[in-house]
Amino acid sequence: MYATRPEARPATVEVFVDGVAVMVPAGASAAAAVLLAGAAAIRETSISGAPRLPYCMMGVCFDCLAEVDGAPNVQACMVAVAPGMRISRQRGARHV
Amino acid sequence: MSAPESFQAIIVGGGLVGSAIAWGLAREGLRCVLLDEGDIAFRASRGNFGLVWAQSKGQGAPHYQRWTRYSANAWPELARELADAVGADVGLHQPGGVHLCLSDKEMADRADRMAQMAREAGNSLPFHYRMIEAPELRGMLPQLGPSVVGASFTPYDGHVDPLRLLHALHRAFTGAGGVYVPNAKVERSDAAPRDFRVMAAGRVFEAPRVVLAAGLGNAALAPEFGLSAPVRPQQGQVLVTERVAPIFTMPTTSVRQTMQGSLLLGDSVAEVGYDISQKPAVMAEIAKRAVLSFPFIARLNIVRAWSALRIMPKDGVAIYDQSERFPGAFTANCHSGVTLAGAHARLLAPMIAAGQLDGMLDPFSARRFDVRDAA
Repeated sequence: MYATRPEARPATVEVFVDGVAVMVPAGASAAAAVLLAGAAAIRETSISGAPRLPYCMMGVCFDCLAEVDGAPNVQACMVAVAPGMRISRQRGARHV
Repeated sequence: MSAPESFQAIIVGGGLVGSAIAWGLAREGLRCVLLDEGDIAFRASRGNFGLVWAQSKGQGAPHYQRWTRYSANAWPELARELADAVGADVGLHQPGGVHLCLSDKEMADRADRMAQMAREAGNSLPFHYRMIEAPELRGMLPQLGPSVVGASFTPYDGHVDPLRLLHALHRAFTGAGGVYVPNAKVERSDAAPRDFRVMAAGRVFEAPRVVLAAGLGNAALAPEFGLSAPVRPQQGQVLVTERVAPIFTMPTTSVRQTMQGSLLLGDSVAEVGYDISQKPAVMAEIAKRAVLSFPFIARLNIVRAWSALRIMPKDGVAIYDQSERFPGAFTANCHSGVTLAGAHARLLAPMIAAGQLDGMLDPFSARRFDVRDAA
């Protein structure tokens, strides 16, 4: 559950946040990658479409919901980065 | 204790039953106080599923079937008056509803039940239903799984957002001049005909009418007022999925989509007393049935789950009474605070305001449980 702060280690893993390449330390969360990338938002809420960024970073607030490697509504703070991971904006409610 | 505060009605219980009656009385022009126990209470109104559901209510009890239908009919008016009073959108959507059957036996049993309901309804308020086979049903709900054999449908059913409903009733009540008192468990009461005193939250309230709508608390409270409320807790559990884009055209008994997009999965029943712990076996059964009904649900994340206690009268049928010993004291007991909100606000409250329950409520009296002397 607890992960090391990302700046404590060198950025060695390349991921893509909304298509933009960013280098992050191994073991960082996808939500940390979103913040390091300086993205303006990682989701648009399902009711009003308001833009949101990661907030609690510990799996509680659901504001970091993102599309991760094509899977919708993933809590980005709860998954570790992997080389080449694609983290994209979750636009509203997922479709099923 | 402070000096007594006088009202025209005291309502004990700030859940859906008490709040709907309180709003109805306030709308009738009565000066009311609503006493709400606090978060120590079991609060069925904050754990329920949110169906407005007529098709399963009142088998073998035509008066209950009729009362439920009156309530379903009154619901659009209740939603409208809450919108007018406080601008609330309680999310009423009443397109009819289905009860899914996952085997031929379930389908046959359901058909028998629906046929009995229709027979018992008679001609004054006919019960229209259809048993719909899977191929036609798939046209209505394309996401159905291959295990679904068919469903019963009635046009009366629907759903609302129960938390918005509770909030809207409270706001409408206080907006109409009603006084809401939180953390007000009844500590003591004195009853005399049309003259009641209730001590709660360190205050004294007096009124010529008292309405007991304290859910499971009514069982202990009712005898203080010459009434009887034999109700027991019956546990139900609910699973909640992540929000998804609108997918269902209508609610089912066990799966519905909220106005915000979450799916609620439920309809479990367990007789475990005052136990609100969640049971993995029950949760697994709810999930399994939901996935058999709609296989896509297996891909969704479950984000919350809870259990709550229904207020179940001894025979499953609502109980309404006015005290014979202390006229002016009323009870309302049921496990359908959402479905019956329409009837409670628009039909029952005017009767209580007038001081007399309509004859159509006679069969709901708890006197039906009295042991008859052997001849």
